[in-house]
Amino acid sequence: MKITFLTSLLAATALSASLAQADTLRLLTWGGYAPEDVIAKFEAETGHTVEVTTSNNEEMIAKLRATNGGGFDLAQPSQDRITSAQEEFGIYKPLDMSKVNAALFIPSMLSATAKNTTYDGEVYGLPHVWGTSGLVVNTAMAGNVQDYTDLCDASVTGKVSYRLKRPTLIGFAYSMGLDPFAAYSDTAAYQDILDQVEAKLTECKPNVKTYWGGGDEIKNLLRSGEVVAAMAWDTGGWQLNADNPDITFVAPEAGALGWIDTFVLPARGRADDAAYDWINFVMRPDIAAMITNTAGNFTAAVDGDGGVSADLKARYQGSFDQAAIDNIKWYPPVPAGLEALEGATLDRINAAN
Amino acid sequence: MTDTNPDLICRDLTKDFDDFRAVDHVSFDVPQGSFFSILGPSGCGKTTLLRMIAGFQSPTSGDLLIKGRSMIGVPPNKRPVSMVFQHLALFPTMNIGDNVGFGLRQRGVARGEIARRVEAVLERVGLPGVSARRIDQLSGGQKQRVAIARCMVLEPDVLLLDEPLGALDLKLREHMKVELKSLQAAFNTTFVYITHDQSEALVMSDNIAVMNKGRFEQIGPPDEVYQKPATAFVAGFVGDANRIEARVTGVNGSRLTLTSERGTQMHVEAGGADLSEGQGAQVFLRPESITLSTSQEDVGAGQNVSPGTVNAVLFNGANSSVIVRDAGGTLMNVAVPQTGTHAHLRAGDTVFTCWDPQQARCYPAGKV
Amino acid sequence: MGSDTSRLGFYLLLAPILLWLIVLIILPHIGLFIVSISEKVGPREFETGFGNYATFFGEPLYWRTFARTAIMSILATALTLILGFPIAYYIAKLTRGRTKTTLFLMCMIPFWVSELVRTFGWMILLRETGVISTALQNLGLISGPVELLYNDAAIMVGLVYTSILFMVVPLVTTLDSLDNSLIEAGYDLGGTSTSIMREIVIPHAMPGIVSGGIVVFMLSLGNYLTPILLGGKDSLWFTGMIYTQFITRFNWELGSALGFLLLALSSGIVFLGLKLSRQSLSDTMGRA
Repeated sequence: MKITFLTSLLAATALSASLAQADTLRLLTWGGYAPEDVIAKFEAETGHTVEVTTSNNEEMIAKLRATNGGGFDLAQPSQDRITSAQEEFGIYKPLDMSKVNAALFIPSMLSATAKNTTYDGEVYGLPHVWGTSGLVVNTAMAGNVQDYTDLCDASVTGKVSYRLKRPTLIGFAYSMGLDPFAAYSDTAAYQDILDQVEAKLTECKPNVKTYWGGGDEIKNLLRSGEVVAAMAWDTGGWQLNADNPDITFVAPEAGALGWIDTFVLPARGRADDAAYDWINFVMRPDIAAMITNTAGNFTAAVDGDGGVSADLKARYQGSFDQAAIDNIKWYPPVPAGLEALEGATLDRINAAN
Repeated sequence: MTDTNPDLICRDLTKDFDDFRAVDHVSFDVPQGSFFSILGPSGCGKTTLLRMIAGFQSPTSGDLLIKGRSMIGVPPNKRPVSMVFQHLALFPTMNIGDNVGFGLRQRGVARGEIARRVEAVLERVGLPGVSARRIDQLSGGQKQRVAIARCMVLEPDVLLLDEPLGALDLKLREHMKVELKSLQAAFNTTFVYITHDQSEALVMSDNIAVMNKGRFEQIGPPDEVYQKPATAFVAGFVGDANRIEARVTGVNGSRLTLTSERGTQMHVEAGGADLSEGQGAQVFLRPESITLSTSQEDVGAGQNVSPGTVNAVLFNGANSSVIVRDAGGTLMNVAVPQTGTHAHLRAGDTVFTCWDPQQARCYPAGKV
Repeated sequence: MGSDTSRLGFYLLLAPILLWLIVLIILPHIGLFIVSISEKVGPREFETGFGNYATFFGEPLYWRTFARTAIMSILATALTLILGFPIAYYIAKLTRGRTKTTLFLMCMIPFWVSELVRTFGWMILLRETGVISTALQNLGLISGPVELLYNDAAIMVGLVYTSILFMVVPLVTTLDSLDNSLIEAGYDLGGTSTSIMREIVIPHAMPGIVSGGIVVFMLSLGNYLTPILLGGKDSLWFTGMIYTQFITRFNWELGSALGFLLLALSSGIVFLGLKLSRQSLSDTMGRA
């Protein structure tokens, strides 16, 4: 483990030294955010080439930390994970807003993201794709599951799955009538919330079939019927809905958890111009629609939903009425050090019998 | 020889493999306390025969009795026989005491009793006090004795030995022949010994069976096998012999007149050989039966005499010989007596070979 | 002159192994050790100390997970030995020629695909809607679907399957070198199959057993995918814990300390195993 980790560190360093071409954009992003056809179009228009590495929030930060912010020219972590990582590791560089076509962005999202990703007076993040975490339920078999804590109901024993990650802690806390986001700044209060959630999740453990790790895994479990209710992303639910009308995304009573994935520049990225070109390109309404159609999530682009397929829109509207949209809990920036507390809680839940 | 209750009896023992018959209707008795050798070239079936006696292979047909009890269907670990393997098969992971005590442990003998009996048997083979040593600390001859002790401690009815001297160097082999014989006498156990080395068989055995192509050609005491070989194969295999291909050109009672392929005429006193005029024959003549002389006058009447040239002198101490090429070009191996009479012979010298018609053995041709 | 050139040749031959040792093993470990002794006191602020090591011993979760991982790995090693020994014995002693090669290759076939694919294969077999559960239902042996995945037994199956080759190969090598006449001599001297196995075959195969055991134990202990994928919600595995510290907790300091502890504790267990089996490392690695 540790050897492979450090060798990959070495390899990554060597790679970044040898592949320094100004017009190669090394993109660290999520699956579905850079579809083949979009890349082809971008390469044809700008002459840049794009190399895509798909990842998740934690791995993005770990990768950039290993290289002190090198190896990639553009990354897409969630907006709540930027300031703490910047404070701890210094892996990003501030944005030059003069190179961004701000008119392409929905103004409220642009300003909210700017506020959440400001560290030391500098803005680090631009909004790109947004979505929610909530419940994906097989309504024919577990129609009673309406909230996170319903996953612990005896009627779905052994047929439930969620991730052992921080969104689960937050979701359950809200469902239990607590307000974890409000306690972000108060370590003691947050620890108190974590302790209550830990007790609940430990008690709930016999209900869980397995803690899922990847999107494909949970989709498989739901599709096969081995799992009938899960905490998962909205897009997963909508994709399954296309195959099996019984399965769909349900916005929980306590509120879906809203996230925004952003654009950030790694501290030692070498193709900033190409990175700005990419941002201005994918935020165009036509391109944004292409991404929404593959990723399943909507973007922060003005008129980005214009070209989105009617099916997806229908599924979105089926899951979210206006009240549900108003009830979305948007992640505020995570203060540095909070994840250590959450980590200890998650470890204890994992170890509990 | 006249023991009425032999330790080992084989009756019509046959072993067939997929595509050939390894042992072909072999029958013999081994009396208690005797040293019985099975002598034959490699591939003659002697190892298969021995493995059937040990129980590692089961005969296709025939019966095998040890102390009067049939061994058919009895597994090797239940037979009252022990075997000394070709490469001894001492257990390298055990010390000498554990090796020798292995069989006793299997029988559930008490620990103290095992130690006592192991020490006793090691003393009998002349290796007292080596129990705690490792196998690789022993010399080749000592290993040999440990292997025998490992079997003898079980007091088997029959001890089988599978060419155990093969791996030793010549000097040690000569020494071990004598030692094996005296061990056998001391233990008074029946030994069945297989070898391809006729000298081992001749020196140690009470009886020798000469085996060829799965069959026994002759069974008898060493001198009989050597002096009166029953078949051409035995004559050729046991001891050295000059073989002369010839044709019978005259029969006068038991005395035959033969002419070799190269035209040399000879007389042979052919006891029981059933040969008639015109038949092909093989004449076997031991090197020590031929005498050399430098002039024809020295030769007694009635002897076969032919002139020849010394082709080579092979000095080998007591076993020195000369190769003589006769007029017809046939090469003859002639033993040189140790009297020094012929010490002056050199290649190219003219000599006369002469031999008594009684000394040669004659068999119908085409059987070897 | 002559000794100078031979000395040069010696250093040239030594260079790759030294380079490999220093660059890929010693340097990363030094780096890891330095990281492991830095304690975080605030954002981008560290001080030197052994606090991360103390965390391991202070938090029952960590050492319990280690104990669980070690015990499961020892169990997996024992199971692999019990399963692998008859296979190796059969290959080494009861077959020859082509059959031998074929059987040996069959043992290796699973290793032509990646560990991930192999593990997914097991998931397809064991899951509730998987091959085994469906087959049992079709045969009428069970009335409803059974979940065979997501428990310790599934982890064990995966670990044994993943590592059996590494047990079979050294065993075949040592058993091959066992002279058949030793086994025959054992029977001839009145031994039974059991006593021959115990007194002759196993002592001879001991170096192979120990070296296979070390390899399988280390592989199991260091396995990451199998326990995570097959074990489900209770699949605590020490390497997974290290991964979590590095990747999701951003706590390289504790992760490094745990890595060092894994190295030290597993070496300790191997040392203990060698002592108990009265084998020396040089013996087993030299012979097998």
